Amino acid sequence: MSEAWKIDDTIDITDVVCPITFVKVKMALEDLDDGQILGVHLNEGEPIQNVPRSLKDEGHKVLSVSQAADGTYDLVVQKGGREL
Amino acid sequence: MAVDYKELKKGGFMRQRQKDCFSMRLKSVGGHFTAAQLATVQQVAEKFGQGYVHLTSRQGIEIPFINVQDIDDVKKALKAGGVEVGVCGPRVRTITACQGAAVCPSGLIDTVKLANEFDKRYGGRELPHKFKFGFTGCHNNCLKAEENDMGIKGGVRPEWKSAACIYCGVCAAVCPEKAIEVDKTAKKLSLDLDKCVYCGKCIKSCPTDAWTGENGFVVSFGGLYGNRIAVGRHFLPIIFDEEKLYEIVDVALKFFEDNAKPSERFANCLDRVGWEKFEQAVEEVL
Repeated sequence: MSEAWKIDDTIDITDVVCPITFVKVKMALEDLDDGQILGVHLNEGEPIQNVPRSLKDEGHKVLSVSQAADGTYDLVVQKGGREL
Repeated sequence: MAVDYKELKKGGFMRQRQKDCFSMRLKSVGGHFTAAQLATVQQVAEKFGQGYVHLTSRQGIEIPFINVQDIDDVKKALKAGGVEVGVCGPRVRTITACQGAAVCPSGLIDTVKLANEFDKRYGGRELPHKFKFGFTGCHNNCLKAEENDMGIKGGVRPEWKSAACIYCGVCAAVCPEKAIEVDKTAKKLSLDLDKCVYCGKCIKSCPTDAWTGENGFVVSFGGLYGNRIAVGRHFLPIIFDEEKLYEIVDVALKFFEDNAKPSERFANCLDRVGWEKFEQAVEEVL
């Protein structure tokens, strides 16, 4: 990843399907403070189409998305980064 | 007394295999029934039917095993309880809808309100053959718009504002059609509107609201899902004006009336007469 985010924690949700994907992300975010940053490793298809929208709906801010050669994605999200 | 089956069918009475028995079709718009209406349905099914109802494939209710002798009493009981009878035969049929923008987080248009307005304008209208309208709130297409003679789907045409964009790339990642490309290092973004299916995923996912857009109607024609299966076709751009939508419906129904043979479905009529001819007629009112 080219951007210099200080990642506070990371989570891999490539082993689960919706809606467990977002449940796991939510649980990981609960352990962080507002403003801290979570890295999320997720699959293409439903997870990448749904997880960013759910994050937005809950007031978190996606800072960056990048796709790896194997088709998976890495999301960088800031807890509570959006005003609702 | 001779039974006029055609007249009964028009009034929602579907003849059964069993002698003198009818399955009573009730009116449904957008699949909504109030609890009070359901209580009436329950009473009628228990008193005049066999104590059960059948939920139809088009969001309707039928009460089977109504005896021909009870038809007037059944109609009276239903009417008193705020339930209307449905229609069958060659006319505009039950108008279906998902819950739409009034309830569903994904909804882009108020499908149920539209279905009611369509019912007011076109419900039961006599045509060469059955004609089905269906409303679905968004590209997820829970209501399967393209199964209908005319399907209306909620859509949104995205617009991008560079000032708010942080070039995170989420829109490009969520776009199911790969219509968006983001160059993070050069801070450039491009949208190919020809590929866009108006699903609005870019708008819903954008963390900085750099994507916005106007909601509208994505219209398809000539869907069938019976003896022949045909997927409704799209040839119009997204329509934003509700009045324009009614103009398009008027053209489509008139084209069907003027061109279809008796008992010919819209898709079959269009295939025979020529889609270009219909497209021309619709484009005249755009």
